[in-house]
Amino acid sequence: MIWLRRHARLAISVVLLAVLFALYIAIHPRGMSVYVMTIWSNQGALLALAALAQFFVVLVRGIDLSVGPVVALTNVAASYLVSGSGLQVAFGALAVLVVGAACGFANGAAVVYGRVPPIVATLASGSIYSGLALLLRPTPGGTIDDAVSDAVTYDLFKVPTSLILIVLVVLLLAIPLRRTRFGLSLYAIGSARDAAVMTGIRVPAVTLASYAIGGFFAALAGLYISMVTLTGDPNIGPAYTLNSIAAVVIGGVALSGGVGSPLGAVLGAFTLKTISALMFFSGLPPLAQPFFEGAILAIAIVLGALGMLRVRSRLERFA
Amino acid sequence: MAPLIELTAVSKSYGGVPALTDVSLTVEPGAVHAILGENGAGKSTLMKLLAGVIAPETGTIAIDGQVQRFATPRDAARCGIVCMFQELSLMPHLSVGDNMLIGDGGAALALIRRGSRRAARAVLDRVGGQHIAMATRIADLPLADRQLVEIAKAIGRKPRLLILDEATSALTAERVETVFAVIRALRDAGCAVLFISHRMYEIDAVADRISIFRNGRHIETFAAGTRSHDAMISLMIGQSLKELFPPRRDPPPVSTPPILSVRDLRWAPHLNGVDLDVRPGEIVGLGGLDGQGQQHLMHAIFGILRRTSGTVTLEGKTLTDLTPGRAKTRRIGLALVPEDRKTEGLILDMTIADNLRLAGLSRKPFGLANATDATDAAIAKLIERLGLTYGRLSDPVKTLSGGNQQKVVLAKWLALGPRCLLLMDPTRGIDVKTKAQIYRLLQDLAGEGLAIVLQSTDYEELIHLCHRINVFYKGRVVRELSGAEATPDALIAASLNVSAEAA
Repeated sequence: MIWLRRHARLAISVVLLAVLFALYIAIHPRGMSVYVMTIWSNQGALLALAALAQFFVVLVRGIDLSVGPVVALTNVAASYLVSGSGLQVAFGALAVLVVGAACGFANGAAVVYGRVPPIVATLASGSIYSGLALLLRPTPGGTIDDAVSDAVTYDLFKVPTSLILIVLVVLLLAIPLRRTRFGLSLYAIGSARDAAVMTGIRVPAVTLASYAIGGFFAALAGLYISMVTLTGDPNIGPAYTLNSIAAVVIGGVALSGGVGSPLGAVLGAFTLKTISALMFFSGLPPLAQPFFEGAILAIAIVLGALGMLRVRSRLERFA
Repeated sequence: MAPLIELTAVSKSYGGVPALTDVSLTVEPGAVHAILGENGAGKSTLMKLLAGVIAPETGTIAIDGQVQRFATPRDAARCGIVCMFQELSLMPHLSVGDNMLIGDGGAALALIRRGSRRAARAVLDRVGGQHIAMATRIADLPLADRQLVEIAKAIGRKPRLLILDEATSALTAERVETVFAVIRALRDAGCAVLFISHRMYEIDAVADRISIFRNGRHIETFAAGTRSHDAMISLMIGQSLKELFPPRRDPPPVSTPPILSVRDLRWAPHLNGVDLDVRPGEIVGLGGLDGQGQQHLMHAIFGILRRTSGTVTLEGKTLTDLTPGRAKTRRIGLALVPEDRKTEGLILDMTIADNLRLAGLSRKPFGLANATDATDAAIAKLIERLGLTYGRLSDPVKTLSGGNQQKVVLAKWLALGPRCLLLMDPTRGIDVKTKAQIYRLLQDLAGEGLAIVLQSTDYEELIHLCHRINVFYKGRVVRELSGAEATPDALIAASLNVSAEAA
């Protein structure tokens, strides 16, 4: 009971996603099948990884407008690096992740040492990363190793591989975030930066690390996109930046920092993707779809804010 | 015994304004060393230097005879110096347990062991926090419990020098005694404790040595008990203080009808049927242990709580659907000085002038902030009357000392010309001189016919200022003390809900 009360926010997200998913399956012409599940899960996983990238930066009271550009840059990098012999593919994938982490680290350095506000720093660096992606590959193209792509984008025992991977990532993140001093200090910095300094947390180092982890997850998203599309495309970025922010908000991550969980960010991403997919099969005229997509999104955000109804004094509401 | 810490000729100034000048001080292990001084005397600067928050401009700090330079609080913590700042070291969104464990120097990436959690629980129990659950978020705790968590957090680091800066300001006398028992045990185990408090009885109870600071200088250090209170206060303010508490004015005659009446006010589970009457010219005190409903009563009267039952009447008219915005209108004329001036009373980054005008904004003609009206004139007069010390009115309000910040909060409400003033712990963490000024002001205001409700955790204040004291216990008024009945013993007994003889 206490558990449910503490996690009411997450429970709402789960129920919301379940309802939307049921609706999606109900109207999908092919109904529930491994194929439909796999497509849905692959689409969700792409945004979920980008949302995790955003989550780590938002957690320390930042915001990352370069998530999309880093996704595009690493996607392009993958189209050069992830092919050839098995060893080449492995090192190529590793190199792509290093590129992403380095982009995140550079963002963090600008914010921590350059004292540039995150929104400005990542807007500028995002332009640089997009520009790099365009220089590297002006038009979509390149090759991606088929075998690896097949392994991570189909299904394993009729369960979509991407879903298994995302569940693994969430499980692997949950424990370190809540049970280690490093994980707690991410929450601490977002919650009250000055108090974190007074407590003896290495605020600059931890902030830098969280931006780098954010870049790492953006690279995972870029890498995974190349697995799904089998090309490198420098123009895929913009949608990921704003959708990653929307996903973390739907998933209950506070933009003011210090509140939220990786599971929430992932649920938010899948919710957002399910809404778009629902529109596609809804039979609504295409021009009316944005209106209904927006309306469902608004309802999702209101449901997420239901916790406010329990507020007992006005001071609490505005605190 | 060799000193643990030795400061030699330390100076520090902020933007050309000296905060500490040529201070030399030694702190010995196994003693509680109290630092006394008015606000602005340099105590907080001294603590920040020792805790590694700021670095001295000249002079040295030596620990165990070795000169150290701290770049961050982390460096100081490594030397065994742990500081408990006034409500500054807790993360509101983290749980009590996480707050106590984080930054304790354990390995960053290792899993936190169950043993560490158990140890944190034990420390919290020791300082009297048995009722606080480890899984509660700090943001959901009342101020007093937050202070207990902060004290436990500091003690849990096993400090060699523990710095307590106004650590017990929101705690009632009973809670303070539990904390003191722990501090004495630490001292007996060889820990040095630097203790800042403005409450004389706390200094009497716990200090072994006392150092007096004034205007950024170290005036004198002596053994506790060798000077009288008056002598210490004289050293602190550089002149003798006639009397901390001004003589109490006569209460209004019993026949005066009350201006504010509360009947059977309920807000489960914190308020369980409270009755209260306040007459014009009367100061009514709300006392009792922490969290017995006093604070909630204030919030309920001012319209902050939702779904209360019972009635609040002002001059015979029942007030319904009250909000703070309506409560402050001329027609109603209530004013509330909140408990936490840093978050509820002021907007710290805004200027002094803007903070002063905030409460009166709705009274501006057509809502134009720059249009002048009667409240602006009233503010100018109040700045004079309160003796507000400031550089420029365009400085951010956070640059003021605690006492002056509180004067700004008082001025912004008094400028509206309220008929009933609700005060929540108005002198918490404020120096003696400002306290005396505020006490005098309250007496004068009562003399002018203002009705005042004073909630306080400082029982001396309740006894010396109030005409009547309502003692709360579990959301009800269990006793009303007035005149000669109002003694410290009676007040404590009533707070514990036992008769005076049994206590």
